[in-house]
Parts: sequence; structure tokens; C-alpha cells
Amino acid sequence: MRARWALLLGGLVITVSQSAFAAGGRMSVPKTIEAGNSFSIQISGSGNATLFIVGTGQVIKRDVQLGQTVYFAAGSLYNAGHYLAVLEGDSSAETESLDVVSATKPSILSFLAKPSRLPVSLHGGITGAVYVFDAYHNLISEPMPLSFELASPTGTVQKHVTVTRYGAAWAEMDSTAQQGIDQFLARAGELSSTRIIAQVPGDPCGLKMSAQQSGQQIQLVTDAVRDCNGNAVPDGTIVTFTQTFEGSQSTIDEPLKHGIAQVTISAHNGALLSVASGVVMGNQIRWEK
Amino acid sequence: MKKGHLLAVLLGVSTVALILIGTEWPVPSAAAYAGGGSLLRSSSTPEAAAANLVDQIRMQSWNKAYIGLANKAQFTEQEFVHDITGYDPSLRTYATLESVELAPLHESADDAEIRVKLHWSTVVGTNVSTRDLHVVRNGDHWEVEWPIIKKAVVPPQVIAVNYLRWDVIYRGSGDDWGIQDVEAPHVRIVDMHPVDRAEGVVIVGELLNEDVVPAYVSVAATLLSKNQSPIATEGSFDKISHLLLPKQVTPFLIEFPRVSLSEVGSVRMVPTSSLVAASADPVIEIEGQQLNPAPGASLTGELINQSGQVVNVAHVLGTFYDKGGQVVWVADEYIDRALLPQAPVPFEIHIPQDLASKISSQRTVVATYSFGGS
Repeated sequence: MRARWALLLGGLVITVSQSAFAAGGRMSVPKTIEAGNSFSIQISGSGNATLFIVGTGQVIKRDVQLGQTVYFAAGSLYNAGHYLAVLEGDSSAETESLDVVSATKPSILSFLAKPSRLPVSLHGGITGAVYVFDAYHNLISEPMPLSFELASPTGTVQKHVTVTRYGAAWAEMDSTAQQGIDQFLARAGELSSTRIIAQVPGDPCGLKMSAQQSGQQIQLVTDAVRDCNGNAVPDGTIVTFTQTFEGSQSTIDEPLKHGIAQVTISAHNGALLSVASGVVMGNQIRWEK
Repeated sequence: MKKGHLLAVLLGVSTVALILIGTEWPVPSAAAYAGGGSLLRSSSTPEAAAANLVDQIRMQSWNKAYIGLANKAQFTEQEFVHDITGYDPSLRTYATLESVELAPLHESADDAEIRVKLHWSTVVGTNVSTRDLHVVRNGDHWEVEWPIIKKAVVPPQVIAVNYLRWDVIYRGSGDDWGIQDVEAPHVRIVDMHPVDRAEGVVIVGELLNEDVVPAYVSVAATLLSKNQSPIATEGSFDKISHLLLPKQVTPFLIEFPRVSLSEVGSVRMVPTSSLVAASADPVIEIEGQQLNPAPGASLTGELINQSGQVVNVAHVLGTFYDKGGQVVWVADEYIDRALLPQAPVPFEIHIPQDLASKISSQRTVVATYSFGGS
């Protein structure tokens, strides 16, 4: 909204001034300046005038003496974009344009990493996107080298080096075979930003239970439940035990505790016992006394 | 103008007349509810004795109902009241008796059996409980022997609970853009089928929490016509177990009343999940699940609370599969009694008659709610 008003004001000034402009000073405006840098405008002629610099989100107004150099301190113009410099005299106006470009030195990395939690051994499962900004939050559109590093707790590092395009770069990484907390790092020059990625075990693999008599009941106990990479499936994961006997069925959804699940159910000779977790089936046991 | 006055006078006179008639000769039920009389008839027949007892229960005249019982020496009035309203807070505690069906099963000169179906109105819909009453003659009238179900006695013990509990710290409002939030749990629809029913289209299916954290889940579906314009959008509401622990599967059922499957070109399914704090306790065993064929097709079984805390409300969801293992129906039942530790509580889920013959297997899950807990 501020930018619109500034442009509107600038346009108005130009229109009014140009119609009234007859003769006076001339400006020497740098075509390009870096955001936040100091700069100067040389003005020829004599007398007094008003200098406007109008651009995206910023307007500067100065009363100037024609024939002198007008200095602007560092940080005067900091929003990257196209600006108009308008010199308005008593009866005349002159307009020049200048571009403020983002600084070449990155100061801020906006790093988006997704997801923050995923199963192990997922090809291309992790994506990171980086936007590079200068100190004034201008997107640095000039290409610059950038690297992504995914470090697992075991010390394995996946590295991907790329170059930003229009201020952005992205990379795809694989989750490793081992569960744990990974550090996902994006680096541009001396600047870096880190995100945490949790690699969690996948579906149970080779789910197996054993059964033994416990008084009048059967105790069913799974082996330590692990995924296909040998990672222990976390406690709390639901394991479903099912007993089918003469058309009747009993089920218990039991969470893993200390890596195993165990239940005690009524013993029926000839009953078929099975175990599953999610969509993964385990072994079956025919219970015979 | 004159006609209007005449009509007003007529209405006034008739209103006064009706008030006078109602006051002088009230209908018995109105008099009973106003406290000026009784609905009760003479207990000269077994049916009348049972009906009287039911009316007293409806009016919560517990003392009168208890005094009239033939076997009141076997239990206290408090036990009788708790048997009807629940020993612990449950759906029944807040229910009202909506209607009753009486069906004589057997009758002789001195005793009779009457089946009573009590339709309770609860916050989750109507719940039906059935009791077979033994009615005995006592002189010139009949008295009901109440089939008391006493509170299950759990022996004093310590049940060590060391199940996991998940707590979550969410992203703060002051965090910068680009900082990660806690990832929502990954859930997946593992089965989905539209079913054409007389009342409309029903979408049944199953949802899996394939993550390692608990998830609060729901499913929405949008029916699209053959030209891909939306017909209707509905959610699973309570026909789902909303809390899923890691690797847990829930069935879901979404109803689209007054829509025919022939109008539907495709279905857009949207499962949603959010990370919530949860506990792996209590564990409920579902024992003796039995598919009973038509007529009166149903799934019956018993719930056994294996934890040490009382479960106030249990919601049983049955998923029914055909021979090919595809979901053909999802049905549910709320248990209107609290589940006490180690005490079996029966359930019965009704299955539509026309689908019963297609069903060859089932899977049952239980969602639980405890007052003051999860």
C-alpha cells in the first residue's frame, strides 16, 4: 500500500513538474547502486530545487542547492527495485531513473526442510529449499554457489552442491537406513542454516510371536520388533493379536513395551493364533496342548 | 371485522373450556407427570406388573419401584438404582428412558417370563438394553423379580501401568518463517468402497496411521458427478476411531443421504491428521467375537478392560469384509456401561440383513473415553 502511494506521488510530481519545467539544473544519477550503499547525485545549474527519489516502498525528499553534489548515507536506499529521481525547480523538473539491486553478500538464508520426520531408507524423501537474502531482506537473484549437507548420527554425510537460480535453490536427499536425528544443513559462503530431520523406523519386518501355556491361558510374546533395516520399532506401536477358534475371534490391540508386545488370552485347543502390525502380517500358530 | 371478533371470542371460550376439562378430568399420564396421580395400573397380570415397574423406572421413582420387587431382599435399593443407571459415570448415567417394548415369553398360573426392551435416549443416540423379567404371583397381584447385575468386584490389587504417553510441544507464534513445526502424522487410506444403499450412498473404508506418533484423524469425502462437479461433501463424524496410535487401523463410514451411486462419477477422499498428546493405556481386549447369521445378523463379543482405570464410554467399531478381503460394511455400537477393570462387558453390533450373506470375516476396534482423562 505504501509502495503504491509512493509511486502515485512520484507520478504526480513528474506530471506536474514536467509541464511546468522550462530550464534549470541537470542531474547525474548512478544507473545502479547496491542496496544499503551510500551514493551521490551531482546536480548542475544554480538556485534551489527539490529532489525526490521515489521507488518501491521508499520515498526520499531533499531540498538541494543546484550546482552541488547531494550525498546519501549508507542505508538510505535499501529496498531493491526501480527508482525515479525527480528534480523539481521553480519552473522546471527533470527525471532520471536508477536501479537499486540486492547486495551480493548473503546475510539471511531461509531454509525450508520437509518433512521433519520420515521413515528410514526413503529415496528422495527429504527436500530442502533455500532462499538467499541480503541484510535488507532483498532476494539475491544473482547466481551463487550453495551446498546442502545431510549428516546422520553415524557420521554419514550426503552432500549436494548447487547454484541458486533467481535467489532459490533446492535439493532432494535420501533418508538413510539407520534411525536417528539428522542434521540438515544449507550453506552459502560463510552463512549456514540447520534443520533437524528425524528418521524413524519403517514398518515391522519379519514379525514373529511365540506362544506358551500360562496356567489356563496362553501367553503370546513377540520377538523384538524391528523394521527391515534392523531398527527397533518404537514403543507404543500397536501390535494386533488374533485368536480364531470355532468361528469365534478374539483380538487385542497391544502397544509395544520395551520393544516387544505380549498378551495373555484364554487357551483353546486347536485355536489359530496370528499377529499383525498395521498392514504387516506376522506368523501364525496353531495352538495344540 | 365482526367475523374476526366472533372468531376471537370462540377461540377464547373454547380455550377456557378445554383448560377446565383438562383440569377436571386429566389424562392419567399428564396427572402422573404433574405429580397429582399415578400412571400405574393394578398389577393383576404379569404384563401390568412389568409395565408398572417400567413406568416407575421412567419416572425415576426408584423407591416405589424397589419396594414393588419380589426379590428386593437380594439387593439394596442403591444397587438396584446403580444397576439401571450405571455404577460408574457412563452414557447411561445421563440417559432417559424413551420407550419400552414388552414381550411375554412364557406364562403359567404362578409365574411368567417377560422380555423388556428398554430404549434409552443417550447423547450419542438411542441405546437398547434387553432384560428378561421373571414375574411371580403374590396373592392377588404379580411382582417382578429384577434380574440384578451386581457390580463386578475387582480384588484389591495394584496394576502397574507403564504404557507410553506422548506429549507434544507445538510451534510458538513468535517463531520465524522457515522454522519447522512438528510434522503431522502420516496417515493413509488403505481401503475404500462406495456402497449403494436405499437411504443413499455410503463410503466405507479403513485408515492406517503409518507413523510412529499418535494421530487424531478424520476423513472427508466429496462425491463428484460424471462431469466432475461436486455433488456433496460429508465427513465420517463419529463412525471412526479418531485417535490412532502408531500402526493402528480404524474403519470409517461416511453417509450421503438421498444420493444414488449411479449419479457418482468419482469420489475425492481427504484424510486429515494432527499430532495429539495421547496414552497407550487403556488396553481393551475384545473376546469371543462371533458373527451371527441372519435373521438378526450381528457381531457379538465381550470387552475386557485390561487396565486399572475405569473406562466410562467405549465405542466399538466393526469392519466387515467379503471373501476377497474387501470392506463391505462398517457398523458401530456405543457401550452405555462403564468398563471396570477386568470385568467383561458384552456388545452387539447389528449388521444389515442384505449384507450379512456377503460377510465372511470382520475386525473389531474399540475407542475409549474416560472422564477427566483421554
